[in-house]
Amino acid sequence: MPFQPVKFYQTGTFTVGNRLLAPEERTVQANMQRTNGLNSGHRACQGCGEALGARYAIDAAMRACNNQLVAANATGCLEVFSTPYPETSWQIPWIHSLFGNTAAVATGIAAALKVKGRREVRVVAQGGDGGTTDIGFGCLSGMFERNDDVLYICYDNEAYMNTGVQRSSATPPAARTATTMPVGVEPGNVFGQGKNVPQIAMAHNIPYVATATVADLHDLEYKVTKAMGMHGARYIHIFVPCPLGWGAASNDTIKLARLARETGLFAVYEAEHGEVTSVSKIRKRVPVEEYLKLQKRFVHLFGKTPATETIARIQAMADRNIRKFGLLEEEGV
Amino acid sequence: MEKPFAITLDVGSSLANHTGSWRTKRPLYVDRLPPCNNACPAGENIQGWLFHAEAGNYEAAWRVLVQDNPMPAVMGRVCYHPCESSCNRGQFDEAVGINSVERFLGDEAIKQGWKFDAPPKASGKKVLIVGAGPSGLSAAYHLARLGHQVTIFEAGPFAGGMMRFGIPKYRLPREVLEAEIKRILDMGVVLKLNSRVDNILDSMKSAGFDAAFLAVGAHIGKRTFIPAGSAAKVLDAVGVLHSMEGEEKPMLGRRVVVYGGGNTAIDVARTAKRLGATEAIIVYRRTREKMPAHDFEVEEALQEGILIKWLSTIKQVSDAGALTIEKMALDDKGFPQPTGEFETLESDSLVLALGQDVDLSLLNGVPGLEIKDGVVQVSPALMTGYPGIFAGGDMVPSERTVTVAVGHGKKAARNIDAWLLGSSYEAAPKHELANYEKLNPWYYNDAPKTMRPMLETLRRQSTFDEVQGGLDESSAQFEARRCMSCGNCFECDNCYGVCPDNAVIKLGPGKRFEFNLDYCKGCGICVSECPCGAIKMVPEEV
Ligand SMILES: Cc1cc2nc3c(=O)[nH]c(=O)nc-3n(C[C@H](O)[C@H](O)[C@H](O)COP(=O)(O)OP(=O)(O)OC[C@H]3O[C@@H](n4cnc5c(N)ncnc54)[C@H](O)[C@@H]3O)c2cc1C
Ligand SMILES: Cc1ncc(C[n+]2csc(CCOP(=O)(O)OP(=O)(O)O)c2C)c(N)n1
Ligand code: SF4
Ligand SMILES: [Mg+2]
Repeated sequence: MPFQPVKFYQTGTFTVGNRLLAPEERTVQANMQRTNGLNSGHRACQGCGEALGARYAIDAAMRACNNQLVAANATGCLEVFSTPYPETSWQIPWIHSLFGNTAAVATGIAAALKVKGRREVRVVAQGGDGGTTDIGFGCLSGMFERNDDVLYICYDNEAYMNTGVQRSSATPPAARTATTMPVGVEPGNVFGQGKNVPQIAMAHNIPYVATATVADLHDLEYKVTKAMGMHGARYIHIFVPCPLGWGAASNDTIKLARLARETGLFAVYEAEHGEVTSVSKIRKRVPVEEYLKLQKRFVHLFGKTPATETIARIQAMADRNIRKFGLLEEEGV
Repeated sequence: MEKPFAITLDVGSSLANHTGSWRTKRPLYVDRLPPCNNACPAGENIQGWLFHAEAGNYEAAWRVLVQDNPMPAVMGRVCYHPCESSCNRGQFDEAVGINSVERFLGDEAIKQGWKFDAPPKASGKKVLIVGAGPSGLSAAYHLARLGHQVTIFEAGPFAGGMMRFGIPKYRLPREVLEAEIKRILDMGVVLKLNSRVDNILDSMKSAGFDAAFLAVGAHIGKRTFIPAGSAAKVLDAVGVLHSMEGEEKPMLGRRVVVYGGGNTAIDVARTAKRLGATEAIIVYRRTREKMPAHDFEVEEALQEGILIKWLSTIKQVSDAGALTIEKMALDDKGFPQPTGEFETLESDSLVLALGQDVDLSLLNGVPGLEIKDGVVQVSPALMTGYPGIFAGGDMVPSERTVTVAVGHGKKAARNIDAWLLGSSYEAAPKHELANYEKLNPWYYNDAPKTMRPMLETLRRQSTFDEVQGGLDESSAQFEARRCMSCGNCFECDNCYGVCPDNAVIKLGPGKRFEFNLDYCKGCGICVSECPCGAIKMVPEEV
């Protein structure tokens, strides 16, 4: 059963709160006493989607375990902007690992807690797409395979942002990065095979896998809360736009996440033990151009002679997702 | 404290790092003007009262409403609701049914016996109002709220003006009208019925009034020259509707022809049908699109079996009531031109509904007045050319609706109040308009408009029972909740949630939010994600 939206209360559950909803129908973020697990004063850029996603996820996780939470954090923006020595923005015990071993460090913490009999304390691991889908992938797969009691959260901003926007295996085709310049016959990142880590996580048949975006807070919190209610290896992949790396306006962060979902480019779903259990349907389908046009990393696709063929290939990716996950309300015809 | 190996500094919180200094633009909470409020001739704070109705606080909603308009139950029945025509929701799915919620609140107030707040301490000033129509009553209410002693002189036997002697019962039941008038009189307003004012200056002097508001309406039916046999029965519409309120109902016969294309023509035809006419026919010289009557009224009339002959003028009436009709055709400019084609239409009576003129005789001898096109000219403060005499409603240049009349009453009251104090009234500057482009419609739910129940046609043709019903509580609340709260915070918590820097402080229910400028980096996400356009970015001063 996916998150069930409440309708007809002006904005229903589309907004963060809503004075017309019962308190339990509002989000954790709507609460005046929310924990702000990632506190103010962090040095993320204006409009950072990763900072937003991390606070959303960690606050929900904190509520779910009565604040008894420890985090291991891979190297990356999230680590760098939150903890320049000796300051920290974190309001939970938090350990910085290496770029590639967060999953293993979290496994170790979980093992230590088990030995000490501290069953009430829960463990999350978090990292960027680079730390998760590239360099940390081996440790992550091991953590899945052993079914260690860790919730791993990947904040996917589709490149190595912290070191200056280099391509990762999560960078979309055609996107410009510092290492995939818009030159040559196939400008920007290549149309490779792709590397879909949520799907790979599912292939490990772990108890819970979910995707989410910063544009749908109710859904994101529902998934974090659900994952925290389970034990074993769990994986949540959160789509977090990066204004700086994508060349987007800082006020468009949520809009971009929304468009990624509404175009079908980013499929939002959840799976238990390898089986998809629910998908978030597209509410108002839009063509991929509307999403691409807002970002300078795709600017070479537009201009005087738009790269219609490339855009069509990206649209085909969205259409494939829509077919594969059944993202439209009415299927078939 | 003993520090671990290689650690030299104590752990500190990032709160020490005031990232607000990065900002070049800052967000600002604003209240923009919702288009409904902007369009309301009575200046109602529609979004403001819907806000309370959404939460089920109907009395609070009613109290906000009556700050501007004392007659919501009447408005909820007869107002032509320009608010709905300009409602932003119309661009999303369908306009909010503002008028039906207003009626619900008005009816609820009557049912629950809600009273107006007691007027403040008496100012000692006396104001004379001439005419107890909507404009006079509204002025009386607002002047009483400002502490002035108000006396209304009304020529007729009942208060209400055209709401009583024009608008038929099937659209405005009299007990509703009476309940709302009584509530105004209960504030201490003195109403003198059957007291026609023949000379305004004399009347003002007689009881020492400090100022006067004239709202005598437009009651003289316009005539047009139609050669008619001496036995032909030719009546005027306002006269016919007026006599509906007396003991003797008008005798119109079985075939009634109404000449004209305004609301009055429609009301007379529908009245004739209810009085037993087998045929009630409206003759109008232009087309349906050009008709001044509202389309929904035309539609309701057609449903009741009223016939309408478009593009037709009446040339002659014989003794026996046979009408000679000439067919018209529209020219290039859209004006009707005679075609020379004639036909005959039998009738028992002909009712002329060609508009009304103002009876200005009470102003004879008043110096300084300007009369143009048969109406009194007034300043933006609604004062006539004679200091201390103000005028409003149908007798001044206006659209001639109940709502405009009520709006004039309010405006005049504020200006009279200022004038009595020797100052002038300055309306608060208007906020920037909250047009559709200012909203983020993503956040609103699709929800179709709730329709009001209509009386079945058979009863509409034979009785004067109210045609349009009201909404029940749950539908009224549903309808209120369709409001998008254009330009005004409705506490959805979006700004509070979407800030990546926790730089929005939630102040608690009813208290809205505040920015923590120590940490706000000025990204503008809150502005983009505010559903209702209640935040804007302004450049930081450097
Ligand atoms: C048939 C008909 C249907 C209508 N339907 C609608 C509708 O559905 N919706 C809408 O918004 N508008 C409607 N209107 C228009 C609306 O009724 C008028 O615009 C409105 O009533 C004008 O208000 P008023 O206060 O200016 O004048 P009135 O309502 O005309 O009131 C003037 C009052 O002054 C009194 N008076 C006149 N002379 C003197 C005097 N010398 N001394 C003392 N008292 C005097 C009169 O007796 C009367 O009571 C309708 C009009 C008609 C004729
Ligand atoms: C082994 C190793 N290689 C390289 C780096 C340099 N480095 C630090 S963060 C980072 C990129 C992080 O990218 P991602 O994981 O996607 O996180 P983001 O900054 O985008 O949030 C790199 C390459 C490192 N710290 N360690
Ligand atoms: S949606 Fe509400 S505030 Fe906006 S115009 Fe309509 S009634 Fe007014
Ligand atoms: Mg990254």
